[in-house]
Amino acid sequence: MSLFITAICILAATAVLCALLAVRPLSENAARAANAVGVVGAVVGCLVGLCSVASGPWTGSESLRLPLGLPVGACSLGLDALSRLFLLPVFGLGLVCAASGGIALRHEAPDRHNFAAHWFFYHMLLLGMALVMTARDAVLFMLSWEIMSLAPFFLIDFNDGDSKVRDASWVYLVAAHLGAVALMAFFTLLWQTTGGTSLETLRQTVSYGPLAQPGTVTGTALFVLAVLGFGAKAGLAPMHVWLPEAHPAAPSHISALLSGAMINAGLYGLVRSFGFLAPPGAAPEWWGWALLLLGLATGLMGILKASAQSNLKRLLAYSSVENMGLMTMGVGAGLIGQSCGNAWIAVLGYGGALLHMLNHAAFKGLLFLCAGEVLHATGTVRMPLLGGLQKRLPLLGAAFALGAAAIACLPPLNGFTGELVLALSLLDGPALFGVERQMGLLLALTGLAAISGLAAALYAKAYGITFLGEPRSGFAANVHPLSWRTLWPLAVPAAVCLAGGLAAPWFFDLASGAAQSALPLPHQMTQAGLDGLAQARASLAVGAKISGAGLALALLLLLARRVLLRRRSVESMPTWGCGFQGASPRIQYTDAGFTEPVAKLFAPVMGLKTRLRLGQGLFPQSGGDLNVSAPDRLRSGLFTPLFTAVESLCNACKVIQHGKIHLYILYILATVVGLLIWGLRS
Amino acid sequence: MSGELAVYLVQFALALALAPLLPGIINRVKAKFAGRHGKPLLQTYYDIAKLLGKGEVISRTTTWTFAAAPAIALAGTACAMALLPLGGAPSPLAFAGDFVLAAYLLGMGRFAVMLGALDTGSAFEGMGASREATFSALAEPVFFLALMVLTSLCLDLGRGATAAFSLSAMFDGHTAGAWLTGKGELLLLPVIFFVLLLVENCRIPVDDPTTHLELTMIHEVMVLDHSGPNLAMILYGSALKLWFFAALAAGLLTPALPLWQQAGLRLLIILLLAVAVGVVESIMARLRMERVPYLLGGAAAMGTLALILTQAR
Repeated sequence: MSLFITAICILAATAVLCALLAVRPLSENAARAANAVGVVGAVVGCLVGLCSVASGPWTGSESLRLPLGLPVGACSLGLDALSRLFLLPVFGLGLVCAASGGIALRHEAPDRHNFAAHWFFYHMLLLGMALVMTARDAVLFMLSWEIMSLAPFFLIDFNDGDSKVRDASWVYLVAAHLGAVALMAFFTLLWQTTGGTSLETLRQTVSYGPLAQPGTVTGTALFVLAVLGFGAKAGLAPMHVWLPEAHPAAPSHISALLSGAMINAGLYGLVRSFGFLAPPGAAPEWWGWALLLLGLATGLMGILKASAQSNLKRLLAYSSVENMGLMTMGVGAGLIGQSCGNAWIAVLGYGGALLHMLNHAAFKGLLFLCAGEVLHATGTVRMPLLGGLQKRLPLLGAAFALGAAAIACLPPLNGFTGELVLALSLLDGPALFGVERQMGLLLALTGLAAISGLAAALYAKAYGITFLGEPRSGFAANVHPLSWRTLWPLAVPAAVCLAGGLAAPWFFDLASGAAQSALPLPHQMTQAGLDGLAQARASLAVGAKISGAGLALALLLLLARRVLLRRRSVESMPTWGCGFQGASPRIQYTDAGFTEPVAKLFAPVMGLKTRLRLGQGLFPQSGGDLNVSAPDRLRSGLFTPLFTAVESLCNACKVIQHGKIHLYILYILATVVGLLIWGLRS
Repeated sequence: MSGELAVYLVQFALALALAPLLPGIINRVKAKFAGRHGKPLLQTYYDIAKLLGKGEVISRTTTWTFAAAPAIALAGTACAMALLPLGGAPSPLAFAGDFVLAAYLLGMGRFAVMLGALDTGSAFEGMGASREATFSALAEPVFFLALMVLTSLCLDLGRGATAAFSLSAMFDGHTAGAWLTGKGELLLLPVIFFVLLLVENCRIPVDDPTTHLELTMIHEVMVLDHSGPNLAMILYGSALKLWFFAALAAGLLTPALPLWQQAGLRLLIILLLAVAVGVVESIMARLRMERVPYLLGGAAAMGTLALILTQAR
């Protein structure tokens, strides 16, 4: 715990230092120095933070009550397995993104951007996230939540000269605040019902407190508010609209941190609050089903929308939505298992969700950082303009290929492990009572299979179109070379992706410890839960060995091929064009062409639009083109009308706001008289 | 226990050795239907042996992705095969949830071949990759549906969750016995597996593997640029994949007989399935591309039906 406080202090001190530097415009050298200070502070702080997460027993729980006075509530922090698990991506990615960001900012003009302010907000974001994951008091939680939500606004807005970036950051700010409104209502209602703000006390007294009967109106309201508030942060549909706007606009190290660590806070909030919203095993079953369905819908929508994107970073953002959907499915399965008395489904649902969270942080962080390097090397992340980067940037290509294979759930990498645990959880559906429950879980698993199948197709496209083949434009042909000096931060998440697959049981221990601490099971189910976790761990161990053997076999086959080819001719020729000689890079499949079959198939469901324009005549001169787009119908159909209505309502209210003081005094008088009458009547 | 291990190893070696026979049988059946004499039964062996002895021609556009793809595909398929029981003896690698690993190992091979195709920068191979991506994404939920019917059945037969979720339990013969005792919905599963076999191996009516050019739109077109040892690995990998799916269907049709009878019967059914593929190829034309999802949709509907029927009692 003291190490954790040290980490917080280092981050806070660097933040203060950066803030002092940020108040006046810096000379070029001073800006570089500020950059260095920011990076070093973040790296050291995160390293100490990682040590604090690793130190102490994983299963135990430590807490600390600082004597700092808050007006309401107390300044109490706690470190248990769940907090530790969620702190891993915060500090891990915080470190990697700081290193990568520091390198990326070297290429930005210091007179156009305020580096010191950037690093100030970066540290505030890290601080906010670290405090959110450890706060044990509702007021402190909300305060840190606000810090965590506000800081990204300024980080996304880095390139504020671009109006699109400004729009994106406003969309983010509005979404973050709408979520925060729901959360404030959530905590206020909680305070009103239970009379306390300490989350730890709430958890300990849940069985005999006012929430012992969670099926009441208050319980339902609390659940709905939690899903709205935390779901907005996690990007659950329909509250996901800020993700595909904010991520492409933000600098890539920020996108990576937001996508790999910050949106996890939504999942953390959900998991944490289910610990005190209902006594163990007493949560209404429909909570679980609602989350399962919401997760499934989010996952399917996310992956289909992602398929239609031609902007690499927007594609990754939608894919984050999809992955949060998968994690929510796991949490939903956990709640279903808990309330139906099936420990296997419960612990493996939670364990799978948390393991997937850890994995997602690694590969999504890696992919966003890679996308940033693509942008840096070529000047664009639009896939129709890219291609052939593997040859020009081999290290970057290998890193992206690893990340793409991991997120497509391919063994022996880490994406597969979370999916396996989730599948094991859902597979036990037939053990529940009633055909609708059994079919519900099994069909959810079918949905999961469909999502992962589409994810494989999506990432084959993302890597294949961006990195393979011939360059489709000058952007890709004339790349700015990148050496390992720029790319070394990527090695950390890449190594985690590989280790997460080959040392899967070890990573699962982290997640299962957190699942046990987060999911209070009724006494009679505890042993069955432990058995389930042990079984899943054994499966992961064998699975890791087999996929490792597969990797070794592939290497062996490659070696055999090399031996076979040693004394033979290996010719290098142009690609076989089936007799056609005039091949050019334009003949290649584009991202839209690659997605067209999927887009056509799912057009009615997801509103994917395919537009095909062919050249005219027998020998068309001007090129035709194909365009697949996915207008976000939730944004245009739900949020735009909603906000237009709010705006017109506010405009209508302007009638009473005219700036005439005497009339305002009249309002006050009228209000006082009205209140007096109301008081006299009752 | 070691006896079972030895039996499994013998069967696995047999499967690895006999897999290239399946394309030979299919071709021979097709030739007979067309009134030709046809290629020798062992043609795939000859092809593989010849290709292993040759050099390679590699496109200038390509990178290591292209060169490594066939090895990865072959390794993935071989590992998936090692999880599948081949009659009588459980796989020594069996664990709870191993079918998920098998599905993703096959997926790994597909992913590698698709990337290899995109690596050449050829329009034709890009087209193949795009279609393979689409159809395999659609086939994955169908595969899971069919296997979930079997896991539910195993749970029903009184196995614990840990034993029931493994391919070795699903295909140990007892499940095949169950359809004789009133689990009629299980008869839908071999049909589903047969459809999956056709889709995953790109046979008629999904794709026409006869030529390398206009008629062939999915799998063969992705490997146009491979040659020499790499092409040999591709050929052998697809033969193994064919065996994998045929063994799935065969596993459901062989009841729990004594060891060697069960193994022999399963082998026979696998070979007969190759004949069936040949017959289908001879009497049907390739479907139009936009019709293929209907085929998979039909299989998915059958799978859901079987799942409901298994749960509803």
